[in-house]
Amino acid sequence: MSGIPHDHYEPKTGGEKWLHSRLPIVGLLYDTIMIPTPKNLNWMWIWGIVLTFCLALQIITGIVLVMHYTPHVDLAFASIEHIMRNVNGGHMIRYLHMNGASLFFLAVYMHIFRGLYYGSYKAPREITWIIGMLIYLMMMGTAFMGYVLPWGQMSFWGATVITGLFGAIPFIGESIQTWLLGGPAVDNATLNRFFSLHYLLPFVIAALVAVHIWAFHTTGNNNPTGVEVRRGSKAEAAKDTVSFWPYFVIKDLFALGLIMVVFFAVVGFMPNYLGHPDNYIEANALVTPSHIVPEWYFLPFYAILRAFDDTVWVVQLAGFLTGGIIDAKFFGVLAMFGAIAVMALAPWLDTSSVRSGRYRPMFKWWFALLVVDFMVLMWVGAMPAEGIYPIIALIGSAYWFAYFLIILPLLGVIEKPLPQPETIEADFDAHYPQKSGDAGQTAATPAE
Amino acid sequence: MFKKLAISAVAALTLSTGAAMAAGGAGHVEDIDFSFEGPFGTFDQNQLQRGLKVYTQVCSACHGMKYVPLRTLGDEGGPHLPMDQVRAYSERFEVFDEELDDFRPAKPTDHFPMSNDPNAPDLSLMAKARAGFSGPQGTGLAQLFKGMGGPEYIYSLLTGYTGKDKMEAGTVFYENTAFPGGWIAMAPALYGEDVEFDDGHANTIESQSEDVAAFLMWAAEPKMMARQQAGLTGVIFLTVLTVLLYLTNKRIWAPIKGKKNV
Repeated sequence: MSGIPHDHYEPKTGGEKWLHSRLPIVGLLYDTIMIPTPKNLNWMWIWGIVLTFCLALQIITGIVLVMHYTPHVDLAFASIEHIMRNVNGGHMIRYLHMNGASLFFLAVYMHIFRGLYYGSYKAPREITWIIGMLIYLMMMGTAFMGYVLPWGQMSFWGATVITGLFGAIPFIGESIQTWLLGGPAVDNATLNRFFSLHYLLPFVIAALVAVHIWAFHTTGNNNPTGVEVRRGSKAEAAKDTVSFWPYFVIKDLFALGLIMVVFFAVVGFMPNYLGHPDNYIEANALVTPSHIVPEWYFLPFYAILRAFDDTVWVVQLAGFLTGGIIDAKFFGVLAMFGAIAVMALAPWLDTSSVRSGRYRPMFKWWFALLVVDFMVLMWVGAMPAEGIYPIIALIGSAYWFAYFLIILPLLGVIEKPLPQPETIEADFDAHYPQKSGDAGQTAATPAE
Repeated sequence: MFKKLAISAVAALTLSTGAAMAAGGAGHVEDIDFSFEGPFGTFDQNQLQRGLKVYTQVCSACHGMKYVPLRTLGDEGGPHLPMDQVRAYSERFEVFDEELDDFRPAKPTDHFPMSNDPNAPDLSLMAKARAGFSGPQGTGLAQLFKGMGGPEYIYSLLTGYTGKDKMEAGTVFYENTAFPGGWIAMAPALYGEDVEFDDGHANTIESQSEDVAAFLMWAAEPKMMARQQAGLTGVIFLTVLTVLLYLTNKRIWAPIKGKKNV
């Protein structure tokens, strides 16, 4: 599967040969798990394992929850309480699932920003990046629909607000919204289809994860230097890499263990910290909560959605040019999806020939500002849209778009990159000086 | 069958105050040092039993707890009443039996009744449906250090009446320092010495409010102690596992990083 030369699986016994000639599954697993991996990967490369774990955790806890949940507007809220009070260990499973979603998004944001800093999206890894963005979109859809299922106040009103976004599409919006909801408003039909899709999408995500892994196993991992693994010969490649098992499996599991300690502390001691109290009130179509706020992981994009009201000149210009077809509401929706679209287009917007941010002195600062911008948008998304907050949201949104559409294309032209190491081995040895003269040799051999 | 108390006449006059109000908000909420706070906190069984008494004799005149099964009053990690007491307690409520097509005394397998007054919100989840603390500036740091503040909100609401009231659109509103907006339709429920405790425990407004707030926290989160236990076990085992993985990782990487042997 990998483009990096390495030892492949050789069936030895008669039984192995029999299976291998019919279904080379052992070989496939062997090549996947033994893939040569750049030995200089740092701690930001652990999030992939955390994400895989999260997907498994969510699917397993979710399957158990479905055994006790009732997708009906009159019974859903009570069935959640049934899980919390009567089902053996039900409270724990539900809290794992609830907080598992938060861990999933924390990990995916770390993973995405890792990719943005080290240029993991650049050629030849564009497909990996695009598949990743698709996974991220599916995660957002799944999480949103999952949040509706407990049928609390925030479930109901969140669903009303978000499905209302589709109603903002000119001409066909209302029909689309009605079609999505299965009726004129969020009701039983909506709950049922969200339940169905919430169960389906994780398996689509799992399939996309397999493609994501397939894609980057074909190109090989990126690494903190952004310098490619030498592929001239097996011996040469072995100087830059170690096999995934056991080196990175153990390293990643250690990191996962550390994260799990914190995760279990949150689940055990403050499971409702990241949730909204209003979701412990049963959905009521007649009472609107005073602040409708999405979960924390949607806040940055929620802030972008709300930032563009009709006092902003770009919104007015868009309205004028399209004869009023693009109003403030539709503009906000376009901006929100556009914010993700520009991120997905990063491989083609970034003109720099240097992959890793480590060797890009100007890029570093703009990237740091992007991270700060993301946090600010997250914070401002939770605040009411009044006073100074809409202005902060607007500046934050503007920077988000400017980073991808202006700064990334421009930096590649004006920036003078720092010298990069010749090889991954050189970078690694600079960090870990080999003690004896033949250290370079011994360093490579254990991988065999 | 159902014991209506004198207080109920006053307390019955309530309006829907539930979901209309924001979680957290403008009101002043006192930070109480409850026994169940923090990773090692536990419910105080005696306090829960006192709170149950306050709930039964005062709150239940109007409010219900339709999600709480009566049998859970006998659960460990809760009020932990003996089963005969749970049975006797259950019988004070009447429930509608579809098979009999008539009302009958409740059994431990039934739930607490729902609210008598349609405007009185159900209290099953009240301690989780309100956040007494928020911010500062939307950062959530207050909740990180003080907890969500649900029971604190209940305590502050019960003790927060100033004694002033006003008439608006035919409804009396009472000034309350904890309630967002400052005016609540629920009449003051506690006046001090509303409930006599068998062990002679203090029954001031503050003490009773604290007890009933603790009881409602249990009602909203009956598995809290089991959950904290599971969390602690998880943290301990995972810490051990993580240390072992750390040592393993260090050892297998040592030759790669040019260190001889660990």
